[in-house]
Amino acid sequence: MLQQGSLENGLRKEELMPQVKILEEVCKGCGLCCDDVCPVDILILAPDRINGSGYHPAEVTDNDKCTGCGYCFKICPEPAIEIFK
Amino acid sequence: MKQIFGRPAGLTDVLQRYCPGCGHGIVHRIIGELLVKLGIRERAVGIAPVGCSVFADEYFNCDMIQPPHGRGPAVSTGIKRSRPDCIVFSYQGDGDLAAIGTAEIIHAASRNENITVIFINNAIFGMTGGQMAPTTLPGMKSTTSVQGRNIKKQGYPIKVCELLAGLDGPYYLVRTSVHDPKNIIKTEKALKNAFGNQIAKNGFSLVEILSMCPTNWGMTPVQSKRWIGDTMMKYFPLGEYRNRAKEEK
Repeated sequence: MLQQGSLENGLRKEELMPQVKILEEVCKGCGLCCDDVCPVDILILAPDRINGSGYHPAEVTDNDKCTGCGYCFKICPEPAIEIFK
Repeated sequence: MKQIFGRPAGLTDVLQRYCPGCGHGIVHRIIGELLVKLGIRERAVGIAPVGCSVFADEYFNCDMIQPPHGRGPAVSTGIKRSRPDCIVFSYQGDGDLAAIGTAEIIHAASRNENITVIFINNAIFGMTGGQMAPTTLPGMKSTTSVQGRNIKKQGYPIKVCELLAGLDGPYYLVRTSVHDPKNIIKTEKALKNAFGNQIAKNGFSLVEILSMCPTNWGMTPVQSKRWIGDTMMKYFPLGEYRNRAKEEK
């Protein structure tokens, strides 16, 4: 297991793992991605904040678990989810 | 870092004005990806319907036309016959295709017109306020069937794929759904086949997609997604109703 900040082929651990980015201002808080879609169950609707349209946007709880399958992106109607790898 | 999933170039950057949890956005994203993947964005002409997706001309990053209610297949025929190089797709809802546009779709299918029709079936009239549609399920409540659809008074729902499969004309008829990732991947394949048939000049393709309408069903987006799997798919079975590419093999 790589330590945070350590190097492998010149890449840090964060750069090897898939990164999920939620476009919070585009998200309408429908919650389709949070229900039985993510195989590792790391998406929730942020309980503590709202976006400019008044919706609770989706939030990633633990990006380290993400496998980059893209199911959340596929079911997002906006699409407000981007995945980088 | 490279983006592996994100908004496709086939869609514009406009914020879509659909309700939260609406299935239109998922189908828009699939079509937007296919326009780029198949390299047809420059010569694609889309037909926007009348209904919730009437603003589809603002969302797709290709040429779009918005004809009168239900006349999508007729206008597609005109464009395809006068400009055969264009890839023409008609994007229609169930009020547009199964109610006022029934005549157009049946004749376009019967002529085996070389167009692609994308039919969004959400079992209700969305934009006008949740009235009963030709595809509303028996017993389903809407603003014009408050006790639930009574089949003795209002008759049975129209099953468009089964109806068109009775004709000899159509080349490809399939019903899919967008309520979970597995079925979304199947929808992606079906739409790819449908556009591929047109590029190969095979003829008429229709993809019927069961889609969520949480606002007018009176459910949350998550409930409506489950309702498709539990109830709607039993009345509208998924699958291929015609695939002449397989039959000819």
